[in-house]
Amino acid sequence: MHEENNSLLKVKDLRVYFETEDGTVKAVDGVSFEVKRGETLGIVGESGSGKTVANLSIMRLIPEPPGKIAGGSIEFNGRDVLKSSRKELRELRGCQIAMIFQDPMTSLNPFMRVSKQLMEVTELHLGHTKQEARRHAVEMLEHVGIPDASERADSYPHEFSGGMRQRVMIAMALSCKPELLIADEPTTALDVTIQAQILELIKRLKSETGTSVILITHDLGVIAGMTDDVIVMYAGKVFEQAPTTELFERPGNPYTRALLRSVPDPTSEQGKLYQIPGQPPDLASLPGGCPFAPRCERAEDICTREFPPFVQVASNHHSLCHFANEVYAESSR
Amino acid sequence: MEPDAQPLISIQDLTVHFPLRKSLFRSPQVVKAVDGVTLDIFAGETLGLVGESGCGKTTLGRAILRLVEPTSGQVLFRGDDLAHLSQSQMRAHRRHLQIIFQDPYASLNPRMTVNQIISEPIATFGLARGEEARRRVLELMQQVGLSPRFLRRYPHEFSGGQRQRIGIARALSVDPEFIVADEPISALDVSIQSQIMNLLDRLRREKNLTYLFISHDLRAVQHVSDRVAVMYLGKIVELAPAKAIYARPLMPYTKALISAVPVPDPKIEATRKRVVLEGDVPSPINPPSGCRFRTRCPYAIAACADVEPQLVQIMPDHLAACIRISPEQPDIERVAPGAAPGLWQHIASSSA
Repeated sequence: MHEENNSLLKVKDLRVYFETEDGTVKAVDGVSFEVKRGETLGIVGESGSGKTVANLSIMRLIPEPPGKIAGGSIEFNGRDVLKSSRKELRELRGCQIAMIFQDPMTSLNPFMRVSKQLMEVTELHLGHTKQEARRHAVEMLEHVGIPDASERADSYPHEFSGGMRQRVMIAMALSCKPELLIADEPTTALDVTIQAQILELIKRLKSETGTSVILITHDLGVIAGMTDDVIVMYAGKVFEQAPTTELFERPGNPYTRALLRSVPDPTSEQGKLYQIPGQPPDLASLPGGCPFAPRCERAEDICTREFPPFVQVASNHHSLCHFANEVYAESSR
Repeated sequence: MEPDAQPLISIQDLTVHFPLRKSLFRSPQVVKAVDGVTLDIFAGETLGLVGESGCGKTTLGRAILRLVEPTSGQVLFRGDDLAHLSQSQMRAHRRHLQIIFQDPYASLNPRMTVNQIISEPIATFGLARGEEARRRVLELMQQVGLSPRFLRRYPHEFSGGQRQRIGIARALSVDPEFIVADEPISALDVSIQSQIMNLLDRLRREKNLTYLFISHDLRAVQHVSDRVAVMYLGKIVELAPAKAIYARPLMPYTKALISAVPVPDPKIEATRKRVVLEGDVPSPINPPSGCRFRTRCPYAIAACADVEPQLVQIMPDHLAACIRISPEQPDIERVAPGAAPGLWQHIASSSA
């Protein structure tokens, strides 16, 4: 935290609002986080928590309108992304920051050979000639574990399986050696056995290239195995922020604690599973006070009246809760 | 499950083959989605069915209900063979056999209100009318945790979890005995998954239901099921009590599946050895001869290509289909490694 030059990405008090028929939806509302060089930040949250919108904003990929970055700053490599020109953004996207998405089929062009799609990236960003680009494309495909890469490079996306398509996406994302890779639910659409392959691949590539990673997922197991730090998002806000081991051992927020308890543990007895009551929040009509209060087991009157403070419960560990210290003390026991 | 329970549904050598488009020059190809499944589902139990996508688990669930036509084999229910009944004979059984779908967005008619959705099956089977039907709908809504205020709302006004509750109420509206729950929680958020799992379990106990719980999520299946069947390329390869399948999986495939599930504990993740399977599931059009898993199995030997393994009892109540293990030697790790041990990468996560 103290070494300034160690930080690659700094997001401060980011606010992203969408104008809809139901009024202004505050998809991301005052979110701050930092990604250090060579580290993996996990972002965990349910649908509508704002985890994807926050990351699209980093690349300035929010459709405006209806969306709008209403406030805050995004600093990448010391440069303010929100003030960047179109040309600077173009360099940023796909070159310095790359992104892979949940569904590899919809993010690949079905009418274009895989080789062509990979070549486009380096021809544009690295100024490769056709030959160089092709050689590089095949190298990248080999690198991500596509068998017979030089022959299969000329296939179309539909000729690949889901896991192979995700490998192609990763090859494309890493083509220009980005400094930051944003992986948005990269394995959610895949089977567990293929998920394990892809996660191992991301881990290996990360250790080889030193790329920083933001890994967005709803799966706490993936977070546990892959990340150094975690932020937990709910209703457009950061609810908890901590080093990964600390978060799992000593959650300081009732929402995090409830999430951890609602994952079935195969080693424990069957029976009633812990459940968080109620529904995910409707961002267009959030309750006053803490947005999680209606579903929270620790909630008291104050929670429905006043917005909770972002409390530091330990060094590098923050929690958005009126009772953060109490919850943290409870899980430390 | 009582030890001497009678099977509610008895599946005998069921196959479902889908013919592909005929070609002028080649003999017609078929996808063998389900290829010889024999399985008993006992009254009152939850039988979990797991496997990777394309293994045939959904097709098996639908073939039991005749939502897809079985190619051969039998599905015995109440003394009738469902696989060979005419559609009109099948109708008499339909109200006892229901299904809950994965996608709560696609499985509800967007132009019908909750009331219409839940009361339609009641009217179709002539179970109640007018005021009584209405009372029944309200009772069902209360049972699945939906407020009666929602009676006249449309599906788009609900969240995913609430829609799944509507789907469950619809399935329950005809008082079924058996429900196929096809990935009922996969499309839901983590906090909602546990709600729906608990709801399904409570309803099973209260209404004495029998479930076939289909999912690719081993943690969820292990939690809700009494027994678990593991499917690979159209065949059941292992069948055991839920506890045993997690504590002591016998098949190399099951071991790999369980090992692939990430554990929500950074300390365990950092130290445990993970087994990563190489490659993808082979095509069900032309599955490997003999044992279908042999192309990815580190213990495969030459004989695995010739002999089709049968699902046999290896330990009490624990069946597996592998020619390399037996009641005398149930531990595949103790038998000699196969011809291609390199297929299995043992990866210690900490070294990565």
